[in-house]
Amino acid sequence: MTSIAPPAAQLDRPASPARPPASPIKPTGTARQGLFATRRPDAWWIEPTIVAIGFGAFILYSLFSSLVWEPVFHVPYEAQGYLSPFFSPLIKPDWLPWWFSPAILILWIPLGFRTTCYYYRKAYYRAYFVDPPACAVGEPTIHSRYRLEAAFPFILQNIHRYFLYLAFIPLFFLWLDAFLALRQEGVWRIGVIGALMFLNVALLTGYSLSCHSFRHVIGGKMDCFSCSRGALLRYRAWERATWLNIHHLRWAWASLISVAVTDLLIRLLAIGVIGDPALRF
Amino acid sequence: MAISGFETHVHDVLVVGAGGAGLRAAIEARARGASVGLVCKSLLGKAHTVMAEGGAAAALAHVAPDDNWKVHFRDTMVGGKLLNHPRMAQLHALEAPDRIRELELWGAVFDRTADGRISQRPFGGHTYPRLAHVGDRTGLEMMRTLQDKAVHSDVDVYMECTITHLITGPGRIMGAFGYWRVTGEPVLFPAKAVVLATGGIGKAYEVTSNSWEYSGDGHALAYLAGAELIDMEFVQFHPTGMVWPPGVRGLLVTEAVRGEGGILRNKDGERFMWKYLPEDRRQEYAATDEEAERWVEVTAQGRSSEARRPPELSTRDNVSRAIYTEVKEGRGSPHGGVYLDISYLPAEHIRRKLPSMFDQFKELADVDITRGPMEVGPTTHYVMGGVRVDAETGATTVPGLFAAGEVAGGMHGANRLGGNSLSDLLVFGARTGAGAAAYAARNAASAYVDPSQAYRAARQLSAPLEREDGEDAYAIQRDLQAMMQSLVGIFREEADLREALGRLTDLETRWQSIKVTGGRMYNPGWNLVFELRNLLTVSRAVTLSALQRTESRGAHSRVDYPEQDDRNWGVINSVICRGPDGAMMVARSGVPPMASELRGLLGAAH
Amino acid sequence: MPDAHLKVFRGRPGEPSEFVDFDVPVEEGMVVLDALHWIQGHRAPDLAVRWNCKAAKCGSCGAEVNGRPSLTCKTRLSDFDLDEPITVEPMRAFPLIKDLVTDVSWNYAVNRTITPFTPPENLPQEQWRWQQRDVDRVQEFRKCIECFLCQDVCHVLRNHETERAFMGPRFLIRVASLEMHPIDQVDRRQYLKDSGGIGYCNITKCCTEVCPEHIKITDNGIIPLKERVADAYYDPLQWAWRKLRGREATGAGTELPVLPAPVGAPPPPAAATTPTDATATESAPAQTAEPAAAGTGPARPPRRVRTTKSARQTAGRKDAARAPRGRRDGGAG
Repeated sequence: MTSIAPPAAQLDRPASPARPPASPIKPTGTARQGLFATRRPDAWWIEPTIVAIGFGAFILYSLFSSLVWEPVFHVPYEAQGYLSPFFSPLIKPDWLPWWFSPAILILWIPLGFRTTCYYYRKAYYRAYFVDPPACAVGEPTIHSRYRLEAAFPFILQNIHRYFLYLAFIPLFFLWLDAFLALRQEGVWRIGVIGALMFLNVALLTGYSLSCHSFRHVIGGKMDCFSCSRGALLRYRAWERATWLNIHHLRWAWASLISVAVTDLLIRLLAIGVIGDPALRF
Repeated sequence: MAISGFETHVHDVLVVGAGGAGLRAAIEARARGASVGLVCKSLLGKAHTVMAEGGAAAALAHVAPDDNWKVHFRDTMVGGKLLNHPRMAQLHALEAPDRIRELELWGAVFDRTADGRISQRPFGGHTYPRLAHVGDRTGLEMMRTLQDKAVHSDVDVYMECTITHLITGPGRIMGAFGYWRVTGEPVLFPAKAVVLATGGIGKAYEVTSNSWEYSGDGHALAYLAGAELIDMEFVQFHPTGMVWPPGVRGLLVTEAVRGEGGILRNKDGERFMWKYLPEDRRQEYAATDEEAERWVEVTAQGRSSEARRPPELSTRDNVSRAIYTEVKEGRGSPHGGVYLDISYLPAEHIRRKLPSMFDQFKELADVDITRGPMEVGPTTHYVMGGVRVDAETGATTVPGLFAAGEVAGGMHGANRLGGNSLSDLLVFGARTGAGAAAYAARNAASAYVDPSQAYRAARQLSAPLEREDGEDAYAIQRDLQAMMQSLVGIFREEADLREALGRLTDLETRWQSIKVTGGRMYNPGWNLVFELRNLLTVSRAVTLSALQRTESRGAHSRVDYPEQDDRNWGVINSVICRGPDGAMMVARSGVPPMASELRGLLGAAH
Repeated sequence: MPDAHLKVFRGRPGEPSEFVDFDVPVEEGMVVLDALHWIQGHRAPDLAVRWNCKAAKCGSCGAEVNGRPSLTCKTRLSDFDLDEPITVEPMRAFPLIKDLVTDVSWNYAVNRTITPFTPPENLPQEQWRWQQRDVDRVQEFRKCIECFLCQDVCHVLRNHETERAFMGPRFLIRVASLEMHPIDQVDRRQYLKDSGGIGYCNITKCCTEVCPEHIKITDNGIIPLKERVADAYYDPLQWAWRKLRGREATGAGTELPVLPAPVGAPPPPAAATTPTDATATESAPAQTAEPAAAGTGPARPPRRVRTTKSARQTAGRKDAARAPRGRRDGGAG
């Protein structure tokens, strides 16, 4: 029984006025409020729980490994020419105090990149902020004036693209590390840890190139793909980025795991728990 | 003007129905300065037009450079077995390209040809690839475009509102009476001109591709207001509806499947359409499987082919009868249909060109159409007949009452070609909107609603709620649908039709004593009551017309008169009108004469 | 086959509501809407259900089945364990009307605030040329059947009060379909930021999960829009670059997909919005496009016509004077 006529002023005016018309606020519905309120009988809580545990484990491990392991327990982050990915590129001037891990100078880049990543945002908003915990599942009603990414601090998520640009710097050094590690003290070697370093940097590259911001910058921002030769080239690149982007979630998890495993193996090699099976010539 | 007790909305032009034709009429009338109200039974944008899949026929000549309005006109007339209103067919063919281009100007995004223009696909009965399309959801695209155009041009939209009565004054229309479906409260729309754009009558049948809204409202309202209906015996049975599972029986399988190369086979694997091609048109179709395959290959690349089209692209009436006959003679599939197979084409191509068909079968029937055949059978799809209108303006025989789209008759003759309805509703929607606006401008005095008519309508509305005891509306609807399906279906004969008339009388009597429980608020049982009145009215019109036409032509097939009888019926439309005693009468009238240059165009085909 | 046990929400605003149990005989391939129809026809004739096509094409029959927003016409009973009851309730984000029907008129009010498609004024339609690849993105968004399930599931609309309006996923992709249109001229980014509330979306992707048309609402629609808004408002380098060049345009500028007009022939005026003269005779209409059509034997590459999108002012029309000049400079090929 709703009449949906526009105000008469809108007639015959294709372009919008100087201030865009305000959208009306949605009238209140009948959704049950309260944390985890839902009629879903399925196990909706499994996914956020796995995500919360997975991220938690990685965060704890990476903090321990990058900040504490070497300064406190003297476990080196470099072994037999293999450098842990948490520390690349290694910047270590002599005046650094003993407790200051050089990883801090680097790690803020991938950390910022992943924190503002569109996939990770979805995952941690759901798993940690329960905002929402799962689709059509209730939330704690603590913030009735919801602003999220429209206000500080979360409005800063919009600088994701700058972390993307910066992320190519450590990425370059990680490729360099992987290649340099092929040769140690005049001997070529092809081994498990070396292969893992290549795999790791490949996954990290896949993660970076499947980024939503990259997809936008490389071509998605254009309205017309076939208007010029340049546009067509960017279209081809955008197509590839789209193909990678569909699996952004997988890239994110795979590269997260590969970084941690690479670091762990290098540490274990350093303290002699494992060796480095490799072909040497 | 207002009558106490009634919510009232005054407009120059009131459009009833917000499908393609209604929206296009509203936009046009508004553009010409009339104040326009648009009433729809459901939410805006849900109208049956969204179900149209294949495309809109227009001789844009983007794919086949030889195409032009003359060929389109000839195809339409030949498909309609020459019963079409020739001037309507001519205007339709002439103006369809502009109406399509205009949609693009309003934001519609059609599929493209390689050189960047609107692409066109082939369809049954069309000589050239002619259907502008958007995958297989062309109707949705048109609806969104028209809907946005309408709401941004200051058309007042009244959603979920049913019109049950037209208000008449001395010699003209004065407005309409209806009720809000949500509250059940009555509402009055005084208007200088009323445009009916209510669509078809499919819900008179059990197996139909139409939604519940298709209850013949406009047909019945116009008839009750004194307008004439023509060609009501011509009900199109679309050859390919889903037959399994039961819940989706009748759901449309777009003709685009055949346009893209779908092959019909019976349970023995025989490509049976070869047997059913009409002898006089055989030269238009491929001679061999190889030629048909070549045609599919070339057409899939968006080029025009020197090979002739496959037999599956025969006209809809013919394919429907073929499938019906195959099933009846025991060569059907397990669920009473035949097989439609497109899985021999690359899966990627199928998913791109027929995405919603792919989803529909995957999700509703567990069939992957890129791997196996679909099971299909005929389904009630469209009524060629409708309110008799003036070709130029859409005016009916009642001053101030207009009709456009499926509810209007004459344009499609005895059989509609696929793709012609979307272009029909654009062309005649626009013309009717213009006609109604001009009529409203000529009659400056505002409409006067006779209060007694409003009160009488309101009383009729409440009657079923106040009865102590009575019939169940759902039961009457089930009985009506079963009766029409079995007695007035694809093949008809005199005894059946006479029996149908008797049963209709019974059903009408039962309708008089319907009892509804549950109040006025959003009560589907109550909403059904007046839709049933309309369905009963159009069912009688269909049956009477079918009984009168003692021949088989187009969509009308008489078992007792299997031949087309050009001598007695070649230029005759059947006409339904209200007799002086209030009973329904059927009569004959000559098809409007054809201008000689148009006759010349047909010569090329005959 | 066994019966299905449905618990169907019944109630009206201001009255106590309840879940009513119905046992429905199951047929093969039956969907939830079939079951509701059976209930209407045999048990509760006044059960309010909104539906139209029963083919997942109109988007009328959205409801929450076992707590999940779904189209009842494509939710099959065979997907459930029939020993357990199936709950059916209305879309919860919207005000209740009766039983399974809700008041979704707010959505229509939002749609009206979106500036409609606006092609360039100075380019006749006959010159428009674009490729399928240019409209693939837009066509995905235009598949939307407006069932409003995404609006229903969106936690911002469902669970929060916001200071300003949030338009919701449906209308974000509607804007996306206009913003990514190869020839549309209006810049809606300020609208998205200020009136549409795009910042309220925290991309938790429930809209994509429930979309019956499988539109990748978040990845293909909302995130690209967020990036476009970032281009205009949150990218200091782009801001500096714009200042430096003294232009309000964003980075790349926008080229339009058009074909040059044939030599010597002034382009015919774009088809007007008013088509039919009620007295029109058969002469004119079909011919209007002929000149452009005739010139296209082999496909000609589209001519570059560069215009700029105004970043700061919404509705900044692209500089109208540029297009024709660009055409003349190139000499009509």
